[in-house]
Amino acid sequence: MTKQRLVVVGNGMAGARAVEEVLALDGDRFEITMFGDEPYGNYNRILLSNILSGVQDATEIFINPLAWYEENEITLHAGSRVVEIDRASRRVMAANGVRASYDKLLIATGSRAMIPPMAGTYDDAGKMRDGVFGFRTIDDCNGIMATARRSKVAAVIGGGLLGLEAARGLMNHGCEVHVVHLGRHLMNAQLDATGGAILRETMEKMGVTIHLEKATAEICGGDGPVTGLRFKDGSALDCDMVVISAGIKPNAEIGHSAGLTVERAIVVDNHMRSVDDTNVYVVGECAQHRGKVYGLVAPLWEQAKVFAEHVTQHNLAAAYHGSKLATKLKVMGVELASMGITDAVEERDEVIQFTEAKRGVYKKLIVRDGRLVGGILMGDIGKAAYLMQAFDRDSPLPDERLGLLFDLGTPPLKVTLDEMPVTAQVCNCNGVTKGAIGACVDSGKRTPKAVMAATRAGMGCGSCKSLVAEVVEWFCGGEVEEDPSVHYYVPCIPMAKPELVRAIRDMGLKSVSSVFAALAYDAKPDAASKPALASLLITLWDDQYEDERDARFINDRVHANIQKDATFSVVPEMPGGVTTPQDLIRIAEVAIKYNVPLVKLTGGQRIDLVGISKDDLPKVWADLDMPAGWAWGKSYRTCKSCIGTDYCRFGLGDSMGLAKKIEGKFRGIDTPGKLKLATAGCPRNCSEAMVKDLGAVAIGNDRWEIYVGGAAGSSVRKGDLLCTVDGEDAVLQVTGRFTQWYRENAKYKERTHTFIERVGIERVRAVVVDDSDGIVAALDDAIDASCATVRDPWKERAAPKTANQFASLLPVEG
Amino acid sequence: MERAVAHLTEIPAGEGRNFALGELRIAVFHSRDGSVFATQADCPHRGGPLADGLTDGDTVVCPLHDRVYSLRTGAGIAADCGIRIYPARCDDRGTILVTPG
Repeated sequence: MTKQRLVVVGNGMAGARAVEEVLALDGDRFEITMFGDEPYGNYNRILLSNILSGVQDATEIFINPLAWYEENEITLHAGSRVVEIDRASRRVMAANGVRASYDKLLIATGSRAMIPPMAGTYDDAGKMRDGVFGFRTIDDCNGIMATARRSKVAAVIGGGLLGLEAARGLMNHGCEVHVVHLGRHLMNAQLDATGGAILRETMEKMGVTIHLEKATAEICGGDGPVTGLRFKDGSALDCDMVVISAGIKPNAEIGHSAGLTVERAIVVDNHMRSVDDTNVYVVGECAQHRGKVYGLVAPLWEQAKVFAEHVTQHNLAAAYHGSKLATKLKVMGVELASMGITDAVEERDEVIQFTEAKRGVYKKLIVRDGRLVGGILMGDIGKAAYLMQAFDRDSPLPDERLGLLFDLGTPPLKVTLDEMPVTAQVCNCNGVTKGAIGACVDSGKRTPKAVMAATRAGMGCGSCKSLVAEVVEWFCGGEVEEDPSVHYYVPCIPMAKPELVRAIRDMGLKSVSSVFAALAYDAKPDAASKPALASLLITLWDDQYEDERDARFINDRVHANIQKDATFSVVPEMPGGVTTPQDLIRIAEVAIKYNVPLVKLTGGQRIDLVGISKDDLPKVWADLDMPAGWAWGKSYRTCKSCIGTDYCRFGLGDSMGLAKKIEGKFRGIDTPGKLKLATAGCPRNCSEAMVKDLGAVAIGNDRWEIYVGGAAGSSVRKGDLLCTVDGEDAVLQVTGRFTQWYRENAKYKERTHTFIERVGIERVRAVVVDDSDGIVAALDDAIDASCATVRDPWKERAAPKTANQFASLLPVEG
Repeated sequence: MERAVAHLTEIPAGEGRNFALGELRIAVFHSRDGSVFATQADCPHRGGPLADGLTDGDTVVCPLHDRVYSLRTGAGIAADCGIRIYPARCDDRGTILVTPG
């Protein structure tokens, strides 16, 4: 098939983005030719202010260097301004005589600085006078910088976003800077009068002089250098250079001359096609859609996408429906977010407002029928991500309006999903990007679970699961299908944990295989559900549990932690991280005898012998002759400690002794997720007790604070103070009650920090400390019974539990 | 050619074990329903020992990164690719017979 010819007039951000989108969808469809007014590849115009302020140099803002055009076989005519479009013969011609024929044409000529009529702006040749600049191109920037070096006083005409950016840049070049603005307050497109006034104060503190309600009549100085501005009210300002940044004007003349409908810009339909010619598309600032011309980058991205889908015929229904304007920006170091309208317009509009002018903080929201229709955040934009999302989606707001302006002790919202680029990695373990999740949703997977199964997102450490679910929901446009199985304890049995527990107790099911036979869909076993059921049955039945080893993960079959090369790691018990020279000698001898490749201190203050073959495990345990450290399972792991009162001059409580007691009691208890504990002899917390599943901190006079739900792994969370108790026995008692309640109520693999956030620390405290449910005696009995049944599994060295339990490879005779 | 690899009792019900047939290593699984399966020994993802994986008579889950494969067809169920499977059966006396190659 011969390629169609796509000609793009305009090599700015819109043109280049549109071409990128086309290439991504169908790289072979078109032979592409681009015309650019400027003699460069295309660059990020938004960053021009960074060049002016010296933060970046011109080479850093190119989006696509010239090599990109070559790689993608795009013919680029840089420095060729297209002056004529002949729609009848489908040809364009540039001022320098270059011609190109097209099958499809894209006009993306953007806009230019609007220059208000002022005497003295142009020289006799009709060019802008020396010392007078627009602020729109790299050339403008270079000119401004060269002139600023020898200027003392610079005036910027226009107090909008770009004007203020220009003012910042000029300040950095050492000029005295004045901003002359026609409106009553700065940035009237994004701010209301109050916001504008606060911004003005902030600007003036930085040394910029602001002149409001000033219309410039003349740039003075006649034929010589610029000497000042004269205003229509008769006043004047001395200056020796002028930057005009009074808005933009669409470059729509080419549309006019081609006979296309032009109002403020070239008028397009929902496919971003000229209303007059099905072969001509228009995107960006030169396009007018439903009466609106957009000057921000987000609408442009949307338009480029619609264009690409339509022109490549990938999706002939692709349609642009206009954009809701929300923007986040930084003006002279002041962070600002603005969305929608800036003032209430209807009687029913509800305004929520907070002003702290001294710190330059201003927040204002306009709510209509419970939905956000406008907002300004200045100085503190912590809530911007959430609000902009609510605005964009038109989602209903919570009744508690105060929480819209401030974070009231809730965790800060991360970057919004709208802002997240498609290439951003959502799941780091399995390298799944936002885009990959989107593709999976498009392919028909519409529940988080289905997407996770298909992409493996969230299936590594699991810390991103809730984010994956949010991304799926976002791609589904909020129409995520409810998957009832997320509430099940295991996917193959349609019951939540309490219901399942009742059924298991009622039916007296004591083995995993009997649970499948009695309760699972079609009585079919499910590999992935086995360990979860085994964990539950152990909790329910203690020594009556019928241990089927095939139901356990390999670590629990061989009581060691599997490594990437199928070897295992062996960690002997070492409560509180306290050891003896004799134990160290024995460990060293074992390490030498078995050529252990790695001896490593663990995060739990123990010694890890890593890289031991499965076959050697029983022999290693025999030679160590130490109890198992349980460093492999969903169970009580260990209790770290600091030196406590024995030697430490700050110690308030015997943390080492308490750690030993805790480990002595709870070692090896199966729990829904692993349980890591610590004791600290004083609030200096050297053993990090506040970021453990449970931590006890001595505060003197034999009193201990107990923290629960701390984490410092894939999630980091400071534990919640559960209670303060008298004496070590009380610590053991609360630890037992908490552990048992967690065992009975958490989902499988749900760590305490997630569990506590789900049920709430108040609920935990009510049950475990205040005995609101009248069950603490039962919890005590249950945990004591469980503790009593735990056996050191390393004793299996003498009597393996299953055939070839520790064989890594069995030879076949013959 | 079919080869006797092991007796059923050498593999606990519901588990798998690795066997060496000369140079070839295979994972052999003994389901709780009595059926047997043989697959390549190492997971194609990162070389995990499939014989150490959880199984339910239909699928095996690699113990390293939870890739899931069909024991019947070798197809990847939650994995980017599939695994090699070998025809396997159990005779009247409980001998597991596998056809490698």
